Amino acid sequence: MTESKHVITMLVDNQPGVLARVVGLFSGRGFNIESLCVAETTSPEVSRITLVTTADPLVMEQIIKQLRKLINVIKVRDMDKSKAVQREMALICVRTKPEHRAEVLRIVDIFRGKIVDTGSEHYIIEVTGDEGKLTAIINLLKPIGIKKIARTGTVALFREPK
Amino acid sequence: MENTEKTLTGAQILMTVLQEEGVDTIFGFPGGAVIDIYDELDRTPIRHILTRHEQAAVHAADGYARASGKVGVCLVTSGPGATNTVTGIASAYMDSIPLVVVTGQVPTSLIGNDAFQEVDIVGITRPCTKHNYLVKRTDDLSKVLKEAFHIARSGRPGPVLVDIPKDVAKGKAVYSRMDATQMKSYNPTYHPNMRQLEKVISLIQEAKRPMIFAGGGVILSKASAELTAFARKTQMPVTTSLMGMGAFPGTDSLCLGMLGMHGTYRANMATSACDLLIGVGVRFDDRVTGKTDAFASQAKIVHIDIDPTSIRKNVLVTLPLVGDCKITLQELNRMIERIDFGNIAEQRRDWLSQIAQWKETGALDYDQTTIIKPQYVVETLYRLTQGKAIITTEVGQNQMWAAQYYHFDEPDHFITSGGLGVMGFGLPAAIGAQIAQPEHLVVDIAGDGSIQMNIQEMATIRQYGLPVKIVILNNRYLGMVRQWQELFYDKRYSCTDMESAPDFVKLAEAYGALGLKATTPEEVESVLREGLAAPGAAIMDFWVDRQECVYPMVPAGAPITEMLLV
Repeated sequence: MTESKHVITMLVDNQPGVLARVVGLFSGRGFNIESLCVAETTSPEVSRITLVTTADPLVMEQIIKQLRKLINVIKVRDMDKSKAVQREMALICVRTKPEHRAEVLRIVDIFRGKIVDTGSEHYIIEVTGDEGKLTAIINLLKPIGIKKIARTGTVALFREPK
Repeated sequence: MENTEKTLTGAQILMTVLQEEGVDTIFGFPGGAVIDIYDELDRTPIRHILTRHEQAAVHAADGYARASGKVGVCLVTSGPGATNTVTGIASAYMDSIPLVVVTGQVPTSLIGNDAFQEVDIVGITRPCTKHNYLVKRTDDLSKVLKEAFHIARSGRPGPVLVDIPKDVAKGKAVYSRMDATQMKSYNPTYHPNMRQLEKVISLIQEAKRPMIFAGGGVILSKASAELTAFARKTQMPVTTSLMGMGAFPGTDSLCLGMLGMHGTYRANMATSACDLLIGVGVRFDDRVTGKTDAFASQAKIVHIDIDPTSIRKNVLVTLPLVGDCKITLQELNRMIERIDFGNIAEQRRDWLSQIAQWKETGALDYDQTTIIKPQYVVETLYRLTQGKAIITTEVGQNQMWAAQYYHFDEPDHFITSGGLGVMGFGLPAAIGAQIAQPEHLVVDIAGDGSIQMNIQEMATIRQYGLPVKIVILNNRYLGMVRQWQELFYDKRYSCTDMESAPDFVKLAEAYGALGLKATTPEEVESVLREGLAAPGAAIMDFWVDRQECVYPMVPAGAPITEMLLV
């Protein structure tokens, strides 16, 4: 069976140890986590976890069922890409010699990014988009010289009916 | 203790909730972090069984839960007391046994400081409990305990651990009785989907060679009567998993015995030939299926289970049915009442006569020689107890021979560590079962290896005057591993020879029990008679054929039709 990428979104009790239950489930049962995002929702009692995994359909079915079985997990959904908005943010610190500055600015502009920190030898760029967009800008900046990078991992929400 | 609010200590709240939940017996072992709780316990009518090891306390609570149908409760201290419970908890988790395990913890101010006897037991037991809690405020304690009991006994049952720091037990909180527990994220599905049920009926009507595979879930949901009615009405033969022994009467002509690695010839052959397999309260464990691709390959599979994760985990199914076994079988029985199956005996004639033929060609058998055969011991025990005893087992050959040669007509009479396979389970489980059923005959069928893993519990048996009977099938080997070495590892018996076993007769006497030994087949019956008739506990040590293997045997990972038969 073919594996494919899935974005799983879940609402969980905002309590200590809940993330450990979710992550422990994945490691203990041999499922993989590619990225993971956790934050409070508008209700302080509930957090949203967004998780990206690659699995075949049977394993995916188990992942969803096993997550639902956890007592602190309130709701779980496997996000269909076409029905959800997915975004990731990256902070990219680029080495900027004077001769590269104009090109970096151009790239940032094309990707609708922002320069959020500057120095004599670096820019820190903030850029948001889906995974493909982030991969594209990273590939363009690589030859110029990426010093450091921090990515948030995917967050996602289902689109509301139009 | 009525609805009036009152201020209580954490320890008092624990005792109050235990009594509200109908707990009259707990198993445990005191220590520094739970002194306050034990002090309070002493002032209640709750009976405390002091085991000699915390692991045994959990196994005893497990045996107690199975023999009583109640939630088993344990109380142990922090650190090593807590870590010693882990094996017992993991076993109960695999076998879906409802337990509430209360562990002491260092005071909240010391948590995380590597304090004396501190361990993160909630972290350690996260993957082997149904749920667990660290209670940080006395105010939260009553709600947590109520939830713990609710979670342990509802849905697919399982162990719940509640970790109570010493200051939480000593601290005070306003307590008011709550009866209902509402949890927004925990709602087991009891009622099956009716449309799915109708499909089961048509699958039964279409099938030529249907059969039922019943497991521990039938026993847990107390659905044996419903299952028996269902099978008899539809004339479907029934095989069981190890955990399902007794879910369907073992002496019924429709009973095929156990399925899987050491299953009966007829059960394995029938499963491979059937065209409809209805799994009820099973999880298609690898010891049952063997090679999954070849498992029931001609059959449409219907899978009834309350736990959705059990379905389509190990085998693909035609029809999943999430629901409680009892309710589902009741619905099915109601539906088949209205159906005219015609002459069902006639329709099943070929199928059942094929099975009868398999029964004849592949009957369980062993050679009777001048050495005691372990199967003969179990068979004789079965005959002398008329199949009425509660049998606990250790793990290994003793467990398989018990399952093969003792036939269970009633549920809750076979108590074994099925999923985790814990050596040392049988003796403490027998303690729990005996306490739950004081008038009942309780026998631990043991091996000489596993009995030594919790032999200290003979002292518990002595302290409480329990008439537990222990049958040791003594081959001076770790027999099941030795058997694998004989069959699959060129007879290299690496580290399985247990030649220097203790003198079990003297050991029994040291613990104030009757010790008996048999070395020839002629002595077997008289030793059993004497041991069973004795008023108190007895160890019966049977020196059996060292080389005897459990057959049939399906090599791990092979199709279940590829059985080694003696």
